[in-house]
Amino acid sequence: MTDRELELKSIQLRRSLLRHIYHAGAGHTGGSLSCVDILNVLYNRILRVSPETFGDPHRDRYIQSKGHSVEALYAVLADRGFFPEAELETLCRYQSPFVGHPTRKVPGIEMNTGALGHGLSISVGLALAGKLDATPYRVFTLLGDGELAEGSNWEAAMAAAHYNLDHLTAIVDHNTLQITGRTRDVCSNEPLDEKFLAFGWAVRSVNGHHFAELTKVLSQPAETGKPTCVIANTVKGRGVSFMEDVVKWHHGVPSDADFERAMKELAAAENRLREVAA
Amino acid sequence: MSAPASSLFSPAAKAMAEKLGLKMGRANLDEFAATLLELAKANRNIVAVTSDSRGSGKLGPFGEALPGQLIEIGIAEQNLVGITAGLAAAGKKAFGVSPACFLTARSLEQIKNDVCYSDVPAVLVGISAGVSYGALGSTHHSLHDLAALRAIHNISIIVPADNFEARGAVRAAAQSEQPVFIRLGKAAMYGLHKPETKFDPGKAITLRDGRDVAFLSTGETVVHCLLAAAKLAEQGLQCRVLSLHTVKPLDTESVLRAGRECRAIVTVEEHSVHGGLGEGCAAALMQAGVSVPFRIVGIPDEDTVTGAQADIFRHYGISMEGLSHLAGSLLCVA
Ligand SMILES: [Mg+2]
Repeated sequence: MTDRELELKSIQLRRSLLRHIYHAGAGHTGGSLSCVDILNVLYNRILRVSPETFGDPHRDRYIQSKGHSVEALYAVLADRGFFPEAELETLCRYQSPFVGHPTRKVPGIEMNTGALGHGLSISVGLALAGKLDATPYRVFTLLGDGELAEGSNWEAAMAAAHYNLDHLTAIVDHNTLQITGRTRDVCSNEPLDEKFLAFGWAVRSVNGHHFAELTKVLSQPAETGKPTCVIANTVKGRGVSFMEDVVKWHHGVPSDADFERAMKELAAAENRLREVAA
Repeated sequence: MSAPASSLFSPAAKAMAEKLGLKMGRANLDEFAATLLELAKANRNIVAVTSDSRGSGKLGPFGEALPGQLIEIGIAEQNLVGITAGLAAAGKKAFGVSPACFLTARSLEQIKNDVCYSDVPAVLVGISAGVSYGALGSTHHSLHDLAALRAIHNISIIVPADNFEARGAVRAAAQSEQPVFIRLGKAAMYGLHKPETKFDPGKAITLRDGRDVAFLSTGETVVHCLLAAAKLAEQGLQCRVLSLHTVKPLDTESVLRAGRECRAIVTVEEHSVHGGLGEGCAAALMQAGVSVPFRIVGIPDEDTVTGAQADIFRHYGISMEGLSHLAGSLLCVA
């Protein structure tokens, strides 16, 4: 898949997740829009996993620690054929498996996450098992930048370096916002790169909306013998002008007018992209 | 001169144990460690995960014999549980071993989400549980763990009373496809069972039959119930003693049968009187409409008295003397 095709797919994924949040009247809009390009690259270029191979013990693992951005994950998994997209119409409805955080009831999801600060420890466990069995799968986890205030992340970061888990990659969705406001104002965790370096990780910073940059950094471990931390600099609400970098869209749900406007913007973006291509 | 060590058993209780032919075994913790080592030698997929707790978990020999199967996490219990869950999700038979007081409080959210709700076949082993740490004080006691875990869906809770049950619990947990919590003490335990006894998770073991008082107990308090029943027999009372090693799922059938057949029930546990075995039995009985004189013996809802495990047990009446006295008085009002 070319970068251009991925870019088009991201627009389609943004439409999908916004539509489902709009219909459900609930969801985490801003964070889903900030991480959807990362998930697009992971599931279409990096992860060796598909609906057919999901039961294979050799598959790559993805754990979404920032579970609240599950609408992006649902959109990507539906696109990859793990389940029909129509099933997402039940999002947050009575007896639907599609609740507001990832669960194993949904095909393609490895673990129940969403209580913050859990995904990195689970990923260390998965990576340790692969190492013990000399099974060469890779493990990826997506962390929120606000989530890094949970101390358990740093317990896991220590263990990952101690065990030289270079097949483990943690991606930080560094959108600099959390529910209350700027992460640096809530409880600053900067400089993030130096913290992970001090914990013994290889650290790379990229533009989290740039497909080539993401592909390059995720294609292989950054350094032998060290876990990789990818600080993906992103924009919360990315792709919809009035949602970008605005804290209220953390779990803001679009009104009818908002939704119409967002869809128009995304259609225009798609047209521009197709014109450039043509 | 150092103070005499407190004993869990008075001279009279020791004499009674001898009369019953009970043989002193080792700590359930030692039995766990030996059993796990034996299983892990045969099944290289078994791993033990420790939080600087291999010494207190008696896993030193395990680490020496099978260094590739012992994963040290350091003093980080939340991480211990998350990693154990990840190992289990990847197909390892992972035993996370840590003092019960930390394992089930600090890491409760990891137990809930990473293990139980994610439904991975991890085994969590809470060591030196209850008031095993005695004089180290309340920070190191786990009097909440049964209550906390009973309220979390999808985990079995097993509290072995002696070495035989400890061995059975570890073997069953190694085979289980669902999460299991095993709660272990560190005092040497009398063997309570006949050689032909079977250990089935979820099935109470009847140690003594009778229809006067039924002692429903779990873990290291069971032996005191057995001794109390023997003492009551000398007074002409026939008491039933059940080891309810599996606190969840509770063997409701055995509890209800005791409620219907016996004149009174005394539940005994090394846990807060809130939310543990006793309240579990009470709920089962009430909902089945079985009304019977009933007492819960455990650690009351107060600042726990200080002292060794033996002192604490004696203080709260968890002894042959205390339990036989309570049972007798319960029959007087019944
Ligand atoms: Mg954020």
